[in-house]
Amino acid sequence: MRQPLTGAEAVAEAMRQLKPDVVVAYPITPQTPIVEKYAEFVADGKVQTEMIPVESEHSALSAVVGASAAGVRAMTATSSVGLALMWEVVNAASGLGLPIVMNVVNRALSAPINIHCDHSDSMGCRDAGWVQIYCENGQEAYDFTILATKLAESCAVPVMVMQDGFITSHSVESVDFLDDHKVEAFAGKYRNPNGLLGDNPQSVGPFSLPNSFFEFKVRQEQRMEKAKSMFLSVGKELEKLTGRTYSFFEEYHLKDAEAIIVTMSSTAGTVKAAVDKMRQNGKKVGLLKLNLFRPFPYREIREALKHVKSIAVLDRSFSFGANAPLHGEITNSLCEIKNSVHGTAANIHGSVFGLGGRDMFEKDVENVFDALLAGKEPEKFIGAKA
Amino acid sequence: MSEQKFTSEHSLCQGCAVPIVVNAVLNSTDKQVVVGIATGCLEVASTQYPGGAWKVPYIHSLFENIAPTMAGVEAAYKALRKEGLKKELKFIAFAGDGATYDIGLQAFSGVLERGHDILYVCYDNEGYMNTGGQRSGATPHGANTTTQPAGKESYGKTQQRKNIMEIVAAHNIPYAAQASTADIPDLMRKARKALEMKGPRFLNVLCPCIANWKYDPKETVNVARLAVETGFWPLYEIENGNYIINYQPKQRIRIEEFLKLQKRFAHLFNQKNSHAIAELQANIDREWERLKAKCGVSG
Repeated sequence: MRQPLTGAEAVAEAMRQLKPDVVVAYPITPQTPIVEKYAEFVADGKVQTEMIPVESEHSALSAVVGASAAGVRAMTATSSVGLALMWEVVNAASGLGLPIVMNVVNRALSAPINIHCDHSDSMGCRDAGWVQIYCENGQEAYDFTILATKLAESCAVPVMVMQDGFITSHSVESVDFLDDHKVEAFAGKYRNPNGLLGDNPQSVGPFSLPNSFFEFKVRQEQRMEKAKSMFLSVGKELEKLTGRTYSFFEEYHLKDAEAIIVTMSSTAGTVKAAVDKMRQNGKKVGLLKLNLFRPFPYREIREALKHVKSIAVLDRSFSFGANAPLHGEITNSLCEIKNSVHGTAANIHGSVFGLGGRDMFEKDVENVFDALLAGKEPEKFIGAKA
Repeated sequence: MSEQKFTSEHSLCQGCAVPIVVNAVLNSTDKQVVVGIATGCLEVASTQYPGGAWKVPYIHSLFENIAPTMAGVEAAYKALRKEGLKKELKFIAFAGDGATYDIGLQAFSGVLERGHDILYVCYDNEGYMNTGGQRSGATPHGANTTTQPAGKESYGKTQQRKNIMEIVAAHNIPYAAQASTADIPDLMRKARKALEMKGPRFLNVLCPCIANWKYDPKETVNVARLAVETGFWPLYEIENGNYIINYQPKQRIRIEEFLKLQKRFAHLFNQKNSHAIAELQANIDREWERLKAKCGVSG
């Protein structure tokens, strides 16, 4: 069934169908419409969820940690400095192996304060032990919220699902929904018998000395490795219901491309439009749109990009003083290629765009492709005034 | 007594008052409990992997978030009860004064305001004792701490301690009580009463600390007793807004008797710092009168 909905509403709908036992809410622009919509479902009796409207994001994720450790399905959503305030709890949640799903509506971090989109918030916790899925549009945000729930609960790993602030969260698009009963059958009900309230309760969060801490962390890393393969198998199951495919990344006119852009989230849509236009003019350009940023699919990306002569990686955040996050990972993916067309990482260009909601136009994308095809360096900071 | 819920498999100091509090509270109910523990002495010393002292399920995640963490557990419980969970559980959070008065105050306040069904027990040892004796909002005036030490130009903490009971009471919760490790029957009575009530309940229990108050370990109960007998730590409760003093010393002992057993106050007995003792005494006298007025007690 198709409905015109914003990205935020699409996620709230997915949550309604997933029936979390506990949802914790704290407002922050541009995430707020997710928890507002969910609060309406609670107020109208459409869900039986226990909803806790807390006094900060730190407490929001703390309450979700408590509920998840109790052994039930628990969710929240946040943005920007809200996620930054949570950061301590973000790490605790993954360290405790709790299958929490949190939607993050990407927004710039302060300072200066800005309410618009970039990825500095979620990139700030890319090493915090959460699966990170970046969505191009409301449809993906809906689908991946459902996938994330099953993935988290199969691997005991928390999952963040990202969508672009305002661009996706507040734009109305046609979103294709599954029937409620199908989502229910797919995701089931989560009950952990070893949770604090389970039949065989186990305590959560002991104090660990150097003689045990490392092993806890190795097991955490192993859970993340499992999450990578489970992402594909859970995706296959979901595909049977939706008819849409779920892979680590989408390849768009990649096979014969001479120049490609690697990017994530809503900008991929703009790149697709530019690719279509340039292809009509005979230019061999393409896109690799990454969905799964953590765990990172190095090997698969290496395989997908090994034939490409020239690559521009477009990041929507800085890693100040270093390669931007996606640029760094793509470079890592390709550095092991021997005797390929690359040989070196010299043909992988990194550009930063769109910080604090700066628009990225089709023309900007075309300029990047033109530079790549001409063997030149694309603009370093796309759309920034000199 | 039923099965032991908190065993001696912990590494708290000899003479530490914290296990007295934990045992008194846990032994005040026959119901199943789920415990939350904030980072601090109790957590570090009783949850060491793979062992630990707890025979009841507990959760610890961070320092300042035990109140909302337990709110999440309690919300999960409500969700399960709606679909027919039969077992009846009590939720108890244990936190030190650092976690309660300072870093976790906002989160604690949120839980009180929202009315979660949790008994929150503060074991108040008047500072960051797990990290070696730094000052907190609960540290009394004049105490020597490592972050506000006494020295040539300082007599230690220059501020009065925060009145957490009044802060909690301002949330209009069903029950808040101050108790002491010197009077276990009173502590257990309060814990039992609190555990039979619904909504947020608060116990603030003075826990003398041998390591950083610096007294002879055998004096723990005596130090706690002197805190009560001097009026430094009144035993009282606030039940649905009504104040009740539980114990009125016939003649309040002067504060020096409490101070002189503890090296953290040794510098106050130097002539140049005598004003601090006078201020401490004046503050106790003033607070005592204020409390009596709230309780409608004269004399």
